[in-house]
Amino acid sequence: MAKTRSVNNEEAQVNKEPFSFGRLLMYVVLIIGAVIMIFPFYWMITGAFKSKIEVNLMPPTLFPQNPLNFENFIYAFQTAPFGKYFVNSLLALIGCITTCSFTTILAAFAFSRLRFPGRELIFSLLLSLMMVPYEMIIITNYRTIVQWGLHDKIWALILPFMSSIFYTYILKGFFDSVPDSLYQAAKVDGCSDWKYLWRVMVPMAKSSLATIILLNSIATWNSFLWPMIATNSKDVRTLPFGLYAFMTEGGQRNERMMAAATIVVLPMIIIFLFARKYIISGMSRGGIKG
Amino acid sequence: MIKRPFFERIKPLLYLLPFIISVVIFTLYPIVNVIRMSFLEGYKYLTGAYTGVGLENYQKVFADPYFRQALGNTFKYVLCVVPISTAIAVVLANLLNQKIKFQAFFQTAYFLPMVTSSLAVGLAWRFMFNDKIGILNYILGLIGLEPVNWLGQSSGNFMAVVVFGIWSILPNTIILLLSGLQNIDPMYYTAAKVDGAKTLRIFFRITVPLLAPTIMLVIIINSINTFKMYHELFPLFSGPGVAYNLFTVVYYIYYEFRVLTPPKYGLASAAAVMLLITVFGFTMLQRAVQAWARRERGEDGKDKKRK
Repeated sequence: MAKTRSVNNEEAQVNKEPFSFGRLLMYVVLIIGAVIMIFPFYWMITGAFKSKIEVNLMPPTLFPQNPLNFENFIYAFQTAPFGKYFVNSLLALIGCITTCSFTTILAAFAFSRLRFPGRELIFSLLLSLMMVPYEMIIITNYRTIVQWGLHDKIWALILPFMSSIFYTYILKGFFDSVPDSLYQAAKVDGCSDWKYLWRVMVPMAKSSLATIILLNSIATWNSFLWPMIATNSKDVRTLPFGLYAFMTEGGQRNERMMAAATIVVLPMIIIFLFARKYIISGMSRGGIKG
Repeated sequence: MIKRPFFERIKPLLYLLPFIISVVIFTLYPIVNVIRMSFLEGYKYLTGAYTGVGLENYQKVFADPYFRQALGNTFKYVLCVVPISTAIAVVLANLLNQKIKFQAFFQTAYFLPMVTSSLAVGLAWRFMFNDKIGILNYILGLIGLEPVNWLGQSSGNFMAVVVFGIWSILPNTIILLLSGLQNIDPMYYTAAKVDGAKTLRIFFRITVPLLAPTIMLVIIINSINTFKMYHELFPLFSGPGVAYNLFTVVYYIYYEFRVLTPPKYGLASAAAVMLLITVFGFTMLQRAVQAWARRERGEDGKDKKRK
């Protein structure tokens, strides 16, 4: 593998490890695994730059002959309103993040700091709701949205996701870890709960909030089934649903589909590259609940 | 003076109100409603009228060949994906937990699929699965194996969805196992090294047994997740397989209430209730394993404080 030396202290230490066959084997396995995990993305993005002829070549070309061939992207934007889809995705994202963060912060604070009868019981009941499969809930939510006349409206993509038990659970966990003495001191100083929450707790919870917002963004951006159920027309479609429609409406040309797919995944790849640590730490809490 | 205590008393409620309203309308009510609908016979969704209350929907669901097929496919899928992905993930998580170079690169590579649209990535897999021009069949040819008709044939369909499913679930599995590995006291490894134990021996004699509770947990969580498989069907086949051969339990629910016209809410609800019961069973198992894992570590109180 590459012999580039890292300036990183920790990695410099690793360099001191003596060479062994075991370590070599370890890297070989890790690299094969990494290649398999990344390959679909590589294939998608390179496929997007291939021409109609090249994409059907056998054996396939590992690298596009003309890497500046943007034809497929242009085609995608011209035949389907991917620009509009992008804006819709963004709107749904902003709507979900702001409303959900708001309800989450308030609820997490109430469950963590304010005293009221049945607090623990209500919270554990809420936690148990987390195991209910989303696919079960969707049946009634679809009907609710239709009854409220919100079918095929952007609000249909936001309203059902205005709160999240899981994110509230994460944030409550953080609030719980803040020493109670701080709260008591603020109260003695005449600080109201409302002020204390927004001036003290929220700034302190920055990294937990970042995790929540990132997880929420990823989930909203990639959500496909609910938009497909709750919306229909081109004007309200989000990117993944638009991509699915493009698949049926835009013909079965692989290189064009790869271009459209690239448009959908690229923003999330960029976010991941910048916020990897937050996202991974958030994801690792996703599975083991309670 | 009288007003303040009253306000103090209802204040928590005000903080909780937006959250609770949303949860009640979009989570709690839907659950109750689905359970109710599953028992209503001859239910007309538009008028809300029904002819009776009973188990008719459940009988119909069990008699439905699509549902039977769905049950079979779902169990087969869980049994294929969970053991294979867990085994691969145990090895990879263990390697990722070592002191390695290029940590950032490996993390990016292994965890990227968690943040990207499964639909978009599924389309890339569809491209790779292509019978004639797909790279997978090309690679199979290089190794000297027969090409597989991944997308065009029922038997190929199942293999395709299993391969895609394993790939999709790996990142999450690895992450869960990694957090389990980080809970293992390094003392064990130091002791083993002092005794001159070989790497493989350490892996099978120390890592695997100490990781056993986490592995159990991962198997249960993955069983729940794979049991709910149906997302994968859309990018690969735009439906339940080429010949309506790949119904799964959740796809069946989706099919009954959204594909069929008029929708059959009763059947969808009955199937959804059975899904809930299955998931509930798995979750109870998960709780039991978690309790066992905590006892195994023998530090119930300590563990909580560490976080």
